[in-house]
Amino acid sequence: MKRYSFLELAKNAFSAHKNWGRQWRAPEPKAEYDVVIIGAGGHGLATAYYLAKEHGIRNVAVLEKGWLGGGNTGRNTTIVRSNYLWEESAALYNHAIGLWQGLSQELNYNVMYSARGVMMLAHTVHDVQVAQRHIHANRLAGVQNEWLTPEQAKDYCPPLNIKKDIRYPVMGAALQRVGGTARHDAVAWGYARGADDMGVDIIQNCLVTGIRRGADGAVEGVDTAKGFIKAKKVGVVAAGNTTTVMDMAGVRMPLESYPLQALVSEPVKPAFPCVVMSNTIHAYISQSDKGELVIGAGTDQFISYSQVGGIHITNHTIDAICELFPHFRRMRMLRNWGGIVDVTPDRSPILSKTPVQGLYVNCGWGTGGFKATPGSGHVFAHTIAKDEPHRINAPFTIDRFKTGRLIDEAAAAAVAH
Amino acid sequence: MLLVYCPYCQVERPETEFSCRGQAHIARPADPDTVSDEDWVEYLYLRDNTKGVYAERWRHIHGCGRFFNAVRHTVSDDFLAFYKAGEPMPDLDTLAKEAGK
Repeated sequence: MKRYSFLELAKNAFSAHKNWGRQWRAPEPKAEYDVVIIGAGGHGLATAYYLAKEHGIRNVAVLEKGWLGGGNTGRNTTIVRSNYLWEESAALYNHAIGLWQGLSQELNYNVMYSARGVMMLAHTVHDVQVAQRHIHANRLAGVQNEWLTPEQAKDYCPPLNIKKDIRYPVMGAALQRVGGTARHDAVAWGYARGADDMGVDIIQNCLVTGIRRGADGAVEGVDTAKGFIKAKKVGVVAAGNTTTVMDMAGVRMPLESYPLQALVSEPVKPAFPCVVMSNTIHAYISQSDKGELVIGAGTDQFISYSQVGGIHITNHTIDAICELFPHFRRMRMLRNWGGIVDVTPDRSPILSKTPVQGLYVNCGWGTGGFKATPGSGHVFAHTIAKDEPHRINAPFTIDRFKTGRLIDEAAAAAVAH
Repeated sequence: MLLVYCPYCQVERPETEFSCRGQAHIARPADPDTVSDEDWVEYLYLRDNTKGVYAERWRHIHGCGRFFNAVRHTVSDDFLAFYKAGEPMPDLDTLAKEAGK
């Protein structure tokens, strides 16, 4: 792998940047792999990367029905934070934060992680109490999070409207300074390049059509658009399409898939210093380095695989943005899109072995999987390599729906659902 | 935004008048005391989540307030049928064929 450096940049400048070369190969699938990962999004590629890097398992294929990073990895609002309520969740997302901090150096690829702070607004007495409970729980779990008065919130984010006469006045905010944003595509590309360099085959445009199981029930391999591929272990990391893929192995999943929307404005000069979220009036917003305001809306109320979503959902979010940030009222939106998110009954992900020997699943990230990408891949690789969960993802089994040990972030989450 | 037909009011109205309540025809166990853990998981948490033709419950919350069922294609979001609660589920394959899905 050609390492990227200032010297390389200078050298390539002399040839007008025309000779950088490919970042990863486009191989044909081999007949057999030790591990097949289904889904080349951020989580799937990170899993392959850590399988090769930390566990020495390099005979790995990542199969992708479209192009890598073309699903929810390329469709989210790029927010990174870890201020979840329960200790299980806080440990998982904080593990990811730890990895985010050194990820650009680790991958030799600029993922543009920017710890600009994530501020979550409180608009009612109930919001204030919930936010403060969160902050205390986070402090006890070793997760950074702090309380701001409306005036402090405005100091941190000057565009914020803290007037008392708006419909939902700001009564305070929880700020996680270590939270922020990262460049979503670069995360997928960086992991793809790193994994490919260690021998992982990333096979795009290769739809998985079946999962074969032997007489003993264990996984034998996968049928694909490019023929049968033998594998002793298969990891499913297919986000909104997880149910469809797991059905192929005869495993029913506690998931429902919804369209989640995002939109961006025309690019403008730097006008917005951090990430602001509000669950009560349902808005979240940040500004990309390119200058676009990146705005996240909610999910539709019905399951769908349409990758579109209803326009009234985005309008609802825009209404909230216009009230909180009146000077954005004349901004024009450039485009909007939807991604299909897989939601579990307790709104926590599943990173788990399955009832099928050799089949592993990483899903259920719902509306907030991007932030966990490095941590998710890291612990899922451990689960596949050792055939047992990492300490951090041990609570996130499928079995929890039978035992009742749910990780109930549904009402308690810091996320907007 | 979808247009939803209420079979009780017999009118088509915007989706915002309605609330979608998930997969239809999931019967509550008749005798909860005898149900195994696996069957509770099935009843409480497992859903078909079909990519294709799907029967789901809707409620006309800003109208008559009543529950009814609808069949919808979950990729195109086109509705194929609406029917009252208590009526049997139509044959989804036939509906899909008629609609050319």
